[in-house]
Amino acid sequence: MSKIFHATAGMGRTVQGQALVAKDGFSARYDLDRIKGVFSRPEHKLSGESYVGRVLVLDAAKGGVATAWMLYEMQARGVMPAALVLNAVNPIMAQGVALADFTMISGFDCDITQAIPNGATVEIDPNAERPFIRLV
Amino acid sequence: MRLTDEELAMRAGTFGPAVAWAIDHQIKVGTYLGAEDFVPVAQAHIMADTESLGLAGVEWLERWAKLPAAQRHVRIPTITDPRGTDFASAHKLKHQPWMLDLERRAIAAFEALGVLMTDTCINYQTIMPPVRSEHCAYGDTGVVIYSNSVCGARSNFEGGPSALSAGLTGRTPRYGFHLDEHRLATLIVQVGFTPRELNEWGALGGIVGKLAGDYWQVPALIGLDRVPTSDEMKHFGAAAASYGSLALFHMIGITPEAQRLDEVVPGGELRTHDVGEADICAFQAGYAKAIDSVDLVVFSAPQLSLMEMRRVAELLDGRRATIPLFIATSPQVKPDADRMGLTARIEAAGGTVLAGMCFYQSYAREMAEANGWKRLGTNSAKLTNILGGYGYKPALMSMEACVAAACAGGKLA
Repeated sequence: MSKIFHATAGMGRTVQGQALVAKDGFSARYDLDRIKGVFSRPEHKLSGESYVGRVLVLDAAKGGVATAWMLYEMQARGVMPAALVLNAVNPIMAQGVALADFTMISGFDCDITQAIPNGATVEIDPNAERPFIRLV
Repeated sequence: MRLTDEELAMRAGTFGPAVAWAIDHQIKVGTYLGAEDFVPVAQAHIMADTESLGLAGVEWLERWAKLPAAQRHVRIPTITDPRGTDFASAHKLKHQPWMLDLERRAIAAFEALGVLMTDTCINYQTIMPPVRSEHCAYGDTGVVIYSNSVCGARSNFEGGPSALSAGLTGRTPRYGFHLDEHRLATLIVQVGFTPRELNEWGALGGIVGKLAGDYWQVPALIGLDRVPTSDEMKHFGAAAASYGSLALFHMIGITPEAQRLDEVVPGGELRTHDVGEADICAFQAGYAKAIDSVDLVVFSAPQLSLMEMRRVAELLDGRRATIPLFIATSPQVKPDADRMGLTARIEAAGGTVLAGMCFYQSYAREMAEANGWKRLGTNSAKLTNILGGYGYKPALMSMEACVAAACAGGKLA
């Protein structure tokens, strides 16, 4: 039996992948080495971890506006997560995801970083009537 | 979203493919964030350094720039955030030819779109400050938080694609800080110590940003014993936006929407936090504890005002920087600094004045690798927050301590 968690908003296409989970924020400029495809900020709980092809399950969008361009640039080079799942989104994430044609859902009635085990295989449907992430 | 006849025509391609893409992009974003309609905006401000854009982003811009003039021009005043280099000083930063080529291509594309290349993140000090209740589409989080909080304007964070969209359509989705209900305080910060130096204002902003937590939080500060200057507000806001993704704060009795607490806290209990001098000291000490010297000193993020430029010049008079010392200002302040002799005083003491760029937006990782830079001294909390991810070990200090370090071979006092 699978567990399912509904989000308040979603964008993109249905994806399945392995979750990379942390109770920490997300900013492409502040947190990532986008060439190597790893979290690079030493203070980040995922520091040193590769994000390529992973479903990132994190707490809140952080930092500046650069992510709006950077997701598109990362997508063009194929060094990209599979999807973003956030408790709290900011407009920059929505703008970047819209430009990059990427997948994101956000806004849960629980702390999604506590609900999804790190390493679990998950499916995300951002276009369902109630967008969701579920454990496969 | 409810669309007017004109917006439907934009979406249908009546005004060409760039405007059609722009309104479609805005509808996607607005729908995600719960906007019911659009609001006209008076100005747009685009963050688009080429480290962020990459080749893919520049080529994307160039596609729109090739359209006929009638289909590609922005319809409201649209300006730019700092670029990724200062061509006059690129060699001192070891910026590579490919970086400069990409910059030139991006600039040419923006000019073809009718964008004014102001290249500044302090447009609220130098270009055309917004007025209270004016709806804008600003990029650069520091610009947004200052404009919302200090000027009483109304903007969300608009990343480059969305700010360009607003320029092309003259509107933006009405959500977030365009709406009254999102401008009320969600937490109270009782400040027991009014900062004196810019780095302390930045530290306070960083602490408040971390306490608030996310974009939708609005802190109300109580207890400041004087009105901060524009530069102090600038550093406080830039750090709050950087550490907390915040777009609006209130200072009770100071900022325009919060002359009284009940104007932004109409009822109910809000969570309250106390912040004192020890917190601000600890915040700064947390960065400097791992290092006893720095490889370079940088004043940037945000670009320096004329007043800050004068202070740097005063601190350098009669001294000599013996490690790289960079001071980034806007292309509007730089000619004044030149005319008043400030640039000459700074550069005679071994500093380098950069115009139209900001350090972290200019290939910070590649500069570190090319120059062997790792430990960096600055008075900008925002810069301190950003550069860790680029491999630097930053130290947050006063402007005076930074200059002293620059003139002592990098050794920290």
